[in-house]
Amino acid sequence: MSSYSITEPSRGMKWTAGLLVVAYALITLLPLLWIMATGFKSTNDAIAYPPKVFFEPTLEGYVNLFTIQNRASAEQLAENPATTWYDRIVQDKGMVISGPSRFGEMFMNSVIIGFGSTFLSVVLGTLAAYAFSRFRVPLKDDLMFFILSTRMMPPIAVAIPIFLMFRAVGLSDTHAGMILLYTAVNLSLAVWLLKGFIDEIPREYEEAALIDGYTRFQAFVKVVLPQAATGIASTAIFCLIFAWNEYAFAVLLTSGNAQTAPPFIPTIIGNTGRDWPAVAAGATIFLVPVMVFTILLRKHLLRGITFGAVRK
Amino acid sequence: MSETLVDRAASATPQRISRRIRGLSDRAIAWIFIGPTVILLLAVNIFPLIWTIYLSFTNYRANRPGAEVEWVGLRNYQRILNDPEIWQTMQATAHFVFWTLFFQVLIGFALAWLINQKFRGNDLWTTIIVLPMMLSPAVVGNFWTFLYQPQIGIFNYIVTFFTGADPTSFSMIGDVRLAPWSIVIVDTWMWTPFVMLICLAGLRSIPESIYEAAECDRASKWRQFWTITVPMVLPFLMLAVLFRGIENFKMFDLVVQLTGGGPGSTTEVTSINLKREAFEKWRTGYSSAYAVILFVTVFGLASIYVKALNRVKNR
Repeated sequence: MSSYSITEPSRGMKWTAGLLVVAYALITLLPLLWIMATGFKSTNDAIAYPPKVFFEPTLEGYVNLFTIQNRASAEQLAENPATTWYDRIVQDKGMVISGPSRFGEMFMNSVIIGFGSTFLSVVLGTLAAYAFSRFRVPLKDDLMFFILSTRMMPPIAVAIPIFLMFRAVGLSDTHAGMILLYTAVNLSLAVWLLKGFIDEIPREYEEAALIDGYTRFQAFVKVVLPQAATGIASTAIFCLIFAWNEYAFAVLLTSGNAQTAPPFIPTIIGNTGRDWPAVAAGATIFLVPVMVFTILLRKHLLRGITFGAVRK
Repeated sequence: MSETLVDRAASATPQRISRRIRGLSDRAIAWIFIGPTVILLLAVNIFPLIWTIYLSFTNYRANRPGAEVEWVGLRNYQRILNDPEIWQTMQATAHFVFWTLFFQVLIGFALAWLINQKFRGNDLWTTIIVLPMMLSPAVVGNFWTFLYQPQIGIFNYIVTFFTGADPTSFSMIGDVRLAPWSIVIVDTWMWTPFVMLICLAGLRSIPESIYEAAECDRASKWRQFWTITVPMVLPFLMLAVLFRGIENFKMFDLVVQLTGGGPGSTTEVTSINLKREAFEKWRTGYSSAYAVILFVTVFGLASIYVKALNRVKNR
């Protein structure tokens, strides 16, 4: 602001406010930094007493996360000298790698189910949102409220009949089943958010296109969709983050085949007690993409988490 | 005009159908666009809901698909409302919901007010504060059990740093008195930014001119805060409380990973209790009735609250 304003906070006020907020932000950040740091600790450093702030970084946790290992005798180790860096890390502990762990698979499940359900919910959501925004639909308010109310049930309560239904039609523990389920859950968010975005596009653009001889559908594809692109993209990221983070349905409805990472990461155990560096490594790989997306999304964050009730 | 997808589709199809694609009426388009969404929601949300209501009147058990299903009327409902264990669960949930809301509103509003003082770099720090809220509660909750470990966890050492208590002398998730607070702390850490963001939107929506007018009338800063800032932010704050209240009433993933409902059943919130009944004891009919009761409770409380919210908004 160039001109002097009587409501502008004083310099001292700004400094105090800034310091307090930065202090809070650092406290918030501490557990996250601790997770990331633990991923690079050796098993002994991770459970050191008192906790170690400074340590020698190692990739042991990441290697443990992705591999299954067996104890090996001295002769076995001598017969198979380590050829790669990860073999060396494992052999230093007197172990050999006997195969890949299931983390890679579960992570891929998260990717497939996350992207699949995001794609479906954004496509269906955009169509429905456009119709709700532009046409006179009978019972519009009731339908919109019905779509929202599907979010009020505790997931466990919904999971009982879905569990029975999936069992009856053979969808339990399949990618298709989880994609359908997450699509249904995400649709309410997608429709509400996208309706808000499309409401903001002036109707005049489409009307001009209609006068130029476009059909409704052409006007939708050529005029509305490009205008709504940012809104669609941020809705997609919200849907993706939800499907990515979801735990309750995943833990109840999947086991070996279509299990996603959130139910899997807490089950990681080492050879002797809980392998915290491996857990931390898994958590880091899993959480960092969401952090990046959050930073990209920051302008639309508020809208996304309040179903479009608050716009900035 | 370049050839569009529709034109290409239309020219590839026979005359009669092509006219239909080109010239669909608005009403037809509306139904084609809304149809899939409604069908999917009916199949995955409404049909199961009706099924749950039906099951709640039976003694069905999902682990015995072959057994005969008997209609038991309202017996399941009767048993739930007379079960002291469920009332204990409700108490644990109420403790969790009340204290998380209390701290999140307090800290969230304070933070929003501080950020609104527009110091340099406030955008960057806001984004950092928001991070935990977007992460997977199950994965984060699981990792907090490590931070809470009595000997090796960093949380106890931070408490030691401020209070001087021995870091090995207490266990946040192992102690009956501390465990309910351990879940409140993590939830507050995670979700305070949510309340903060909504309050911030409220604060930013207040027109500068109101403060200028108050300044001209020589109203003190203190008075301005209570007569302008608080009433103008209140509807936003109430909305945040609604969202968090519903979410925390349903809370499952974070708590199940942190304490698993323990020690004993001190942190067994309703969702965890429901999961035990439905997927460990396999009392499907009974837990369906339980689910219906929960749904009616959330729905009822939320509607009363929304009425109050609208009254505040229209004031």
